[in-house]
Amino acid sequence: MPGQLSLEFPAPDNLQLVLAGSWLLATGAPPVRDLEQQLLKDGNIRRISFNGKAISDWDSALLTFLARVYRLAGEHSIDIDPAGLPDGARRMMVLATAVPPAEAAGKHGKESLLGRIGQIALAMWRATPEMLRFLGEVTLSLGRLVRGKAQFRGSDLMLLIQDVGPQALPIVALVSFLVGLIVAYMGAAQLAQFGAQIYIANLVGLGMTREMGALMTGVIMAGRTGAAYAAQLGTMQVNEEIDAFRTLGFNPIDFLVLPRMLALILIMPGMVLYSDIVGITAGMFVSVTAFDIGTFEYYQQTVRSMEWRHIWGGVLKGTIYGMLIAFAGCLRGIQCGRSAQAVGEATTSAVVTGILFIVIAASLLTILFQQLGI
Amino acid sequence: METGTAQQATERDAHIVVQDLTMAYGDFVIQHDLTFSIRRGDIFIIMGGSGCGKTTLLHHLIGLKQPARGRVLYDGTSYWESPPEVQQRIKRSFGMSFQSGALWSSLTLAENVALPLGEYTDLDQAEIAEVVSLKLSLVGLAGFEEFYPAEISGGMHKRAALARAMALDPEILFFDEPSAGLDPISSRRLDDLILELRDSLGTTIVVVTHELASIFAIGNNSVFLDAEARTMTASGNPATLRDACPDPVVRRFLNRGEA
Repeated sequence: MPGQLSLEFPAPDNLQLVLAGSWLLATGAPPVRDLEQQLLKDGNIRRISFNGKAISDWDSALLTFLARVYRLAGEHSIDIDPAGLPDGARRMMVLATAVPPAEAAGKHGKESLLGRIGQIALAMWRATPEMLRFLGEVTLSLGRLVRGKAQFRGSDLMLLIQDVGPQALPIVALVSFLVGLIVAYMGAAQLAQFGAQIYIANLVGLGMTREMGALMTGVIMAGRTGAAYAAQLGTMQVNEEIDAFRTLGFNPIDFLVLPRMLALILIMPGMVLYSDIVGITAGMFVSVTAFDIGTFEYYQQTVRSMEWRHIWGGVLKGTIYGMLIAFAGCLRGIQCGRSAQAVGEATTSAVVTGILFIVIAASLLTILFQQLGI
Repeated sequence: METGTAQQATERDAHIVVQDLTMAYGDFVIQHDLTFSIRRGDIFIIMGGSGCGKTTLLHHLIGLKQPARGRVLYDGTSYWESPPEVQQRIKRSFGMSFQSGALWSSLTLAENVALPLGEYTDLDQAEIAEVVSLKLSLVGLAGFEEFYPAEISGGMHKRAALARAMALDPEILFFDEPSAGLDPISSRRLDDLILELRDSLGTTIVVVTHELASIFAIGNNSVFLDAEARTMTASGNPATLRDACPDPVVRRFLNRGEA
């Protein structure tokens, strides 16, 4: 039998709730509506008592019902006499009402749309000096490195280089090859209209070395390494490992951020060159197989179109991207909060910030190089 | 029940029965031949030194790890020999409070408690909200519904985890190191809460701990796992074991090394 509720009046000012049957979450408890109406109608009630002898079985359903009755009684300033309740339920209600609700209740109140936009704007405004401070700390740390005073372990640097370098070769090769392929096909379709297929070599060569090699490597590194940096440092933040470094007098910027930045800065030039070569090879592959250009011819054309400034311009760009990616990854990692949720946010933010930095830098550098005639 | 033996495993009111349980990671045996029973309404302590496999035993009791050998029975039903539906039903009667709380950090306290209720009951949103408020007020966290786990203290974490464990009115509550990292007063309050839950709701409670104060305050039955022998060396009421256990290792453990 599901829970039953009936109201009785042993005395005019005493309302007795007679409870019967099984009060289980699975079967549901009766509503308190009748009781509420009774209380509104009858202003004489001073006391609510219970008769729970006929309750066969109960769980939280009874307790939530009682919590409602207690709350109603509180609103109408009526006394509660729990004597007639099952022993266990009475004691649980004592427990539930022992600690009054915290003052802070409802502190996450719903914010209006404008309010939320304002909050976001303020948060972004506050983030700017934080980023500048991190930039300052990293610069100081680089200064210490130059003077040979930075504390970090060489073996850490080697491991990091292995992570970002050799282990990234396959994915960089795959992406660069496909990008070279795409550039070659796209260009060939246009150049073939006036029989100038041989200029695929110029297109792919200049495209890869000046822009695409650095850009694609940068995007891969942002997704692969920037995310890893943020996740590593963020988890260290959660585990208080970064605090442990600080406590022992190690500067976490020197110890954690510096080797990560160095690893990426050292690896990027080689990685960009590697990407250039793979991309040009892909262009050659397309020209030879689909557009009847000889391998040697293509090679000659590439060498003729290429100048050193194109190559080192691209390498310089890539190195700057690497620095920015490591900066974004470490910044988000160090800023990370102390929960799994926060690590996820830090990682996402590291990749987004990294790619944003890359795109901004790419535009500025391209314009700058154009102006300088590089 | 005094120092326990295997025969007591088949007692009438046994809620959980462990028979010849061997726990291992691959070939590495952690504990072997564990046999004990936990009666309905017991507060059962799993004790032993660090690294003896207490938490591993707990993970076997809540169906997270499969025994290398032996059986775990709940009300006479062997967990690992049952089909998945039965396992699911048995699991539904458990509540577990993990060592560090294990609250889901992307959910508020209210959402943490509400998740199992939404998944496994037919209650509507308003009813769930009421049950959630009740559970949180039972552990003294009324008014903290909208807080995220990162915004509350360690002691509150433990209590919120308990509220989540109690969400479905479990028949058995498991605790892994409930008082670790708590100050003596909070730890005492948690012990009182555990006792109250057992007395009021008749919940069977299994606690992994090595806090002696807690062991004697709440435990009425226990098992002692020895890291050297890799098996249980004593079982029964901890207070009795402290004074009268034949094994000196157990006596020393329960007397803080002074026996």
